[in-house]
Amino acid sequence: MVLALLKYGLSKQYPARHQFPKPKDLKKSYDVVIIGGGGHGLATAYYLARDWGITNVCVLDKGYLGGGNTARNTAIIRSNYLTPEGVKFYDESVRLYQDLSNDFDLNILYSERGHLTLAHTDSAIRTMRWRAEVNKHFGINSELIFVDDIRKMCPQLELSDKVRYPVLGALYHAPGSIARHDAVAWGYGAGAAQRGVEIHQRTEVLGIERTGVNGKGGRVTGVITDRGTIKAGRVIQAVAGNTSRVADMIGFKLPIRTIPLQACVSQPLKPFLDKIIVSGSLHVYISQSSRGELVMGGSTDPYSLYSTRSSLDFKEGLMMHMLELFPYLAEVKLLRQWAGMTDMTPDFAPIMGETPVENYYIDAGWGTWGFKATPVCGKRNAEMLATGRVPELLQPFTYKRFLNFTQLGEKGAASVGH
Amino acid sequence: MKIMTCPLNGPRNISEFVWGGEVKTHPPLDCTDAQWAEYAVLENNTAGVVREWWYHVPTAYWFIAERNTVTDEIVRTYPAREVFKDRVVYEAPRGAKEGA
Repeated sequence: MVLALLKYGLSKQYPARHQFPKPKDLKKSYDVVIIGGGGHGLATAYYLARDWGITNVCVLDKGYLGGGNTARNTAIIRSNYLTPEGVKFYDESVRLYQDLSNDFDLNILYSERGHLTLAHTDSAIRTMRWRAEVNKHFGINSELIFVDDIRKMCPQLELSDKVRYPVLGALYHAPGSIARHDAVAWGYGAGAAQRGVEIHQRTEVLGIERTGVNGKGGRVTGVITDRGTIKAGRVIQAVAGNTSRVADMIGFKLPIRTIPLQACVSQPLKPFLDKIIVSGSLHVYISQSSRGELVMGGSTDPYSLYSTRSSLDFKEGLMMHMLELFPYLAEVKLLRQWAGMTDMTPDFAPIMGETPVENYYIDAGWGTWGFKATPVCGKRNAEMLATGRVPELLQPFTYKRFLNFTQLGEKGAASVGH
Repeated sequence: MKIMTCPLNGPRNISEFVWGGEVKTHPPLDCTDAQWAEYAVLENNTAGVVREWWYHVPTAYWFIAERNTVTDEIVRTYPAREVFKDRVVYEAPRGAKEGA
């Protein structure tokens, strides 16, 4: 058996399959430069290559592929948002996610579980009804349900009135799912690389070259990296928590604050929780992964920080509320905690599209709601970079909305802890 | 526990405070709408030492802290009067409409 394995490993007939080609030197120029090799950046490269045949593309990341927030989220995929602009956008993403494993020929462990956003107050019930109606209007399967139905669907939950904030109802969103977030990055990255896109890890962008800057934005012509300067036709930045630092290179000020979002997992347990549970009032969310671990998160840190450090405060706050929903988890051990750096916007909606610099685009402001949007961002960014026009679906997310006071209020649907 | 030294109350658990964001200088009151929007909404979001507002909730006391947003080190805290020395009088600019 051992000999056969050795023979197989050394055989020329079965060469090792490399997902990613060996890294090369940077070329002198690319048609498209994508700053940021996370989910959004890699997805953009993938759709550029696959749907538009644009392969003279490089993706630059100062760290390792998918090592930022794509590696650090709690992997929840849903489209139960509040505004029509948001709902249409996330719905397209959910639909793309459903076929992703097939597209990639890589199992991203996409699991449709059903998603419950619990309401503990009358005003929360009103918000859930509002979201349900907007969702239904766009053909999305969401509805407002009450305790009896919740109990049938999720008997694991503490639904008595013996707690400080009893559950009164919930927004039930059937398409709510989870997936293996790293695999999404690998799938997009490998798919792009196999089609000729170059991915350059450990390559930091230090500056942006522009022409015609005379007091206005000018036009981008190149990207300065720590491995040399490259000419670029079009550039997009998709760097999450580092958005302001990179945007600073083109003198572009944004309404973004970089705030850590922490998360943690428990020891693996036998499968007992099939639903994804979120509670806005209790600022917590939980799901059970394919490995049996309970993946848990809460609201963002109380102040900005360019760091992924974890804190005791986070654990204490999370557990205090989680045990209201699942008291019997009190003895379960926490295995691991971590954090990501989120680029938070004032209205909890993203910033997408054009910047003051011609041919320089932005994919940012994804805060705590970016993972679920990975496919639709990739697809629409690719369309934008290929055509030079901002797709209608992305237009509401322009940076100008903050200066025109036409913000998109998604705080109620995007996050917890308000 | 992370300690924040309040200028009024001394060292306290940081959970007693609320972060108030960057200290910004607001434009003159006769600025354009665009300038005001920029002041209200845009952020430097600096990676480094930042001067920002903090609020001690139990005593309702606002003050200023200089904090390194990369290392999470609180460099200095001091009362707001160190920066804001003059009284600001808010008057409607000339030509402004009443009850607009």
